[in-house]
Amino acid sequence: MTATRGIEMALHTIRTWLWISVIALAVTVGAAALLLRQQGTTAVASTSTGPSTFGKGSYELVDHRGDAMDETMFIGQPSVLFFGFTHCPEVCPTTMAEMASWFETLGPEAQDLRAYFVTVDPERDTPEIVGEYASWAGEQMTGVTGTPEEIAKIAKAWGVYYEKVPLEGDDYTMDHTASVYLIDDKGEFQGTVAYREDKDTALGKLRNLLAKS
Amino acid sequence: MTRLIQAAFAAAVLFATPALAHNGVVHLGPIDISLPFARATLPNAPVGGGFLTIENTGAEADRLISASSPAAAEVQLHEMAMDGEVMRMRQLEDGIEIPAGGTVTLEPGGLHIMFMGLREPFVEGEEVPVTLTFEQAGSVEIKLPVLAVAADAAPAHDGHQGH
Repeated sequence: MTATRGIEMALHTIRTWLWISVIALAVTVGAAALLLRQQGTTAVASTSTGPSTFGKGSYELVDHRGDAMDETMFIGQPSVLFFGFTHCPEVCPTTMAEMASWFETLGPEAQDLRAYFVTVDPERDTPEIVGEYASWAGEQMTGVTGTPEEIAKIAKAWGVYYEKVPLEGDDYTMDHTASVYLIDDKGEFQGTVAYREDKDTALGKLRNLLAKS
Repeated sequence: MTRLIQAAFAAAVLFATPALAHNGVVHLGPIDISLPFARATLPNAPVGGGFLTIENTGAEADRLISASSPAAAEVQLHEMAMDGEVMRMRQLEDGIEIPAGGTVTLEPGGLHIMFMGLREPFVEGEEVPVTLTFEQAGSVEIKLPVLAVAADAAPAHDGHQGH
């Protein structure tokens, strides 16, 4: 009798402790899951703010045909984007010539690709001037200019550095970021082609971009 | 007196020695200038770049101090450099030193003659005249053949084949 009671009491104690363990485990797992989910959300949020804010901004520019351009210029088709200026002796003409050769090699493959030459010297580069300059590289190319304030906004959106450098007399030249930006049809930044990057590498990047868009 | 004669003789030699071109190399005293070229310009581009190789065969350093051309309102000596993704351009107000026995190459991506305020676009196949002035060797006019927009170098002169 006492022995049976003793066993029952022991079983009761074990059961109680088991339940406590189960509850404790459930609470731990629940808390951990909640914590992980929160961390997950934070992680997702931070990765999505990375690429989605880069290249994003609000600006009002004008293209070489005199049409208004804004941040939607990158939506609907893949684009390449280059910042330069027509008083640029070397980097800009070289890059324009390289872009022309990419378009020529890609031919019909690149029919959906748009290309923008955005001046960092809007005081001298009028729509007419950037138009003839940019069109030299091919039909895909659109010359873009605007007020110095609006050019500053698009440059800031793309993290482009540019600065006037005084020369003898009243003249000046510009230092500026010389990379070509690759942008998909949703306006998302997909990478760059560096100044004087190997043509095959550049073509590979462009084909990737076209395949994604 | 001897010094005076020497100086007069040196001056006479300088004046009497025209810039002789042989295998595309222009000689100006101990200075040899070779592989000159310019790049064709894009529409509306008011500037152009000129490139060449300068060898100083003499025992004393010289300095390219200025350049001028009827093709441009202003000609300067510049240096371009890439700083990460940023292109930086600087005017070399003190010119470019050509060390004794040394060779300096003006080439795309570095030192160049900067033509500003072009009177006419540089057209591939044409030539751009430029007068280079050295501190010691004096002045010489050379012609820069205009190559393609993104040309990297003048074709090496191998005798006169192909002319």
